[in-house]
Amino acid sequence: MQTHIDLAPLRNLSRWTWPEYLFWLIPLAAYFIFPENLSLLSQIAITAIFVLSLDLILGYSGIVSLGHTAFFGLGAYAAGMMAQHGWGDPLLGLAVAALVAGGLGLATSFLVLRGADLTRLMVTLGVAMMLFEAANKLSWLTGGLDGLQGIELTPIFGQFSFDFMGKTAYWYSLALLFVLFWLARRLVNSPYGLSLKGIKLNVGRMPALGASVNRRLIGIYTLSAAYAGIAGALLCQTTQFVSVDVFSFSRSAEILLILVLGGSGCLYGAVLGTMVFMTVHHFLSDLNPQYWQFWMGAALILTVLFARDGLMGLLRGLAGKFAQTRGK
Amino acid sequence: MTILFDGIAAGMLLFLISVGLSVTLGLMNFVNLAHGAFAMLGGYVCAILLGNLGLPFPLAILGAAAGAAVVGVILERTLYCRLYGASHLDQVLFCIGLVFMSISTAHFLFGAQQQPFALPDYLQGQVHLPGLDIGVYRLLLVVIGATLAWALQAMVTRTRFGAQLRAAVDNPRTARGLGIPVDRVFTLAFALGSGLAGLGGALGVELLGLDPSFPIKYLVYFLIVVAVGGSGNIKGSLIASLALGIFDIGGKYYMPQTGAFVIYAVMIVMLIVRPRGLFART
Repeated sequence: MQTHIDLAPLRNLSRWTWPEYLFWLIPLAAYFIFPENLSLLSQIAITAIFVLSLDLILGYSGIVSLGHTAFFGLGAYAAGMMAQHGWGDPLLGLAVAALVAGGLGLATSFLVLRGADLTRLMVTLGVAMMLFEAANKLSWLTGGLDGLQGIELTPIFGQFSFDFMGKTAYWYSLALLFVLFWLARRLVNSPYGLSLKGIKLNVGRMPALGASVNRRLIGIYTLSAAYAGIAGALLCQTTQFVSVDVFSFSRSAEILLILVLGGSGCLYGAVLGTMVFMTVHHFLSDLNPQYWQFWMGAALILTVLFARDGLMGLLRGLAGKFAQTRGK
Repeated sequence: MTILFDGIAAGMLLFLISVGLSVTLGLMNFVNLAHGAFAMLGGYVCAILLGNLGLPFPLAILGAAAGAAVVGVILERTLYCRLYGASHLDQVLFCIGLVFMSISTAHFLFGAQQQPFALPDYLQGQVHLPGLDIGVYRLLLVVIGATLAWALQAMVTRTRFGAQLRAAVDNPRTARGLGIPVDRVFTLAFALGSGLAGLGGALGVELLGLDPSFPIKYLVYFLIVVAVGGSGNIKGSLIASLALGIFDIGGKYYMPQTGAFVIYAVMIVMLIVRPRGLFART
């Protein structure tokens, strides 16, 4: 006798629900509500892509990384140098950045996947620090701390040029965030995405089910690196500036922090976390940058100790309570 | 020769600071990225005792170690002990949070500038030998480092406390069953680790400087020492830090354009070839 397993819940995962539609109205509404803060809004969209890339490997596949800026920075420099040397088409820049960063991701994935958690932390950190040092020392190529000079972009599709107010930049970043999010959403709900979750939960058992662990992890690591590269390229294109700061350790730590505060292992956690974090950062760091760092550290400790699933976990808890009271 | 000696002294200093991490990370298996914060604490305590209160240098150093150890015990009892069984990622995040808080606290209390620090006269100056100029302070570092390495190795392998610690780490349940007070052993070991960090931090102010970014600036170096030396291995940490110190000073002297690049490359290669460290316990 053949037993049937009901796969409907898994299939339904990929269906969009009404809170999700509502969620995506927020960035649309933000454009009209805060027209003076468009550069901050673009920054949020870009950071969200970067955090999303980390979520793919950390939240969904359990690969820890302290050096994801390696790919972010490489993408930023790739796009910057393209534009500097006359290939100013933004989409071409993005494609090249994704390819270069993905290439580095593929190359380093073999190093990263060899060890356990601690080794992974050290190797990813080491790769990012190496790139930081290289970019710092090759200042004739990268401009060092002063940054690349003369980044000039042509209009997107030959139509929309980057304006001073940052309108184009915002729509451009937001569109990319949505497309990349949509792709990631399809991916994590596909059989491949489910097998990644399986690897995260039990590395020992997946090979027994006939899933090749290493191939899958190399795949997701490469994809995540390409995402990070695109985020870096976007930062470079919208601000028309890159300096070695893109490789800094604090940036790696910051996106890790955003992801954990938002809730890892959940795509909306990454985006929501970025929105909340960057907005709070914007208002608090104006008051006093030092206090901001102190409270950020405190928030991180509290999250680790008491709210392991971050903001999304809190929201889910609230939604559960709400459903319960309505049920009564 | 002078460069070689400076390298050895730098390596000894590195050993002094990171040997505490080799206790917490290596023996207790806690990824204590906040180690640099304890070293920084030691540095500031030493600077205050020396500069503002005018205590003699050896007392200031001991005070720094004691101060860091006390803070270590308080944090261990209140926060760290909740995370012993947690995943490495949680421990890392917790420590990053702690580092952020320590940096901004130091900023608030002491300001962003380098902390002024003056050695007593008898530790300044040099000893001249044929073909070799030795700074007195560097010589002191080498002596203290060597003594400490020997003492720690003896403590871990020969004493009752060392045996209890190793038992508690390898199998806490059985250790508890045998009547070993596991919690107290862990607290003591953590106090030892942070006290050593404070000692190293205080001794390092002269060479490394001291400002609020200290915990992040040198974090990578401490981690390299422990990762390369093999966890929980005093001898391994000593050799790794000596090698790192000599390569670092030598590299800066002979190939200044490569900077720290070589060190990171060496670390990655090491981790790939010997993921459990050069002198891993088998």
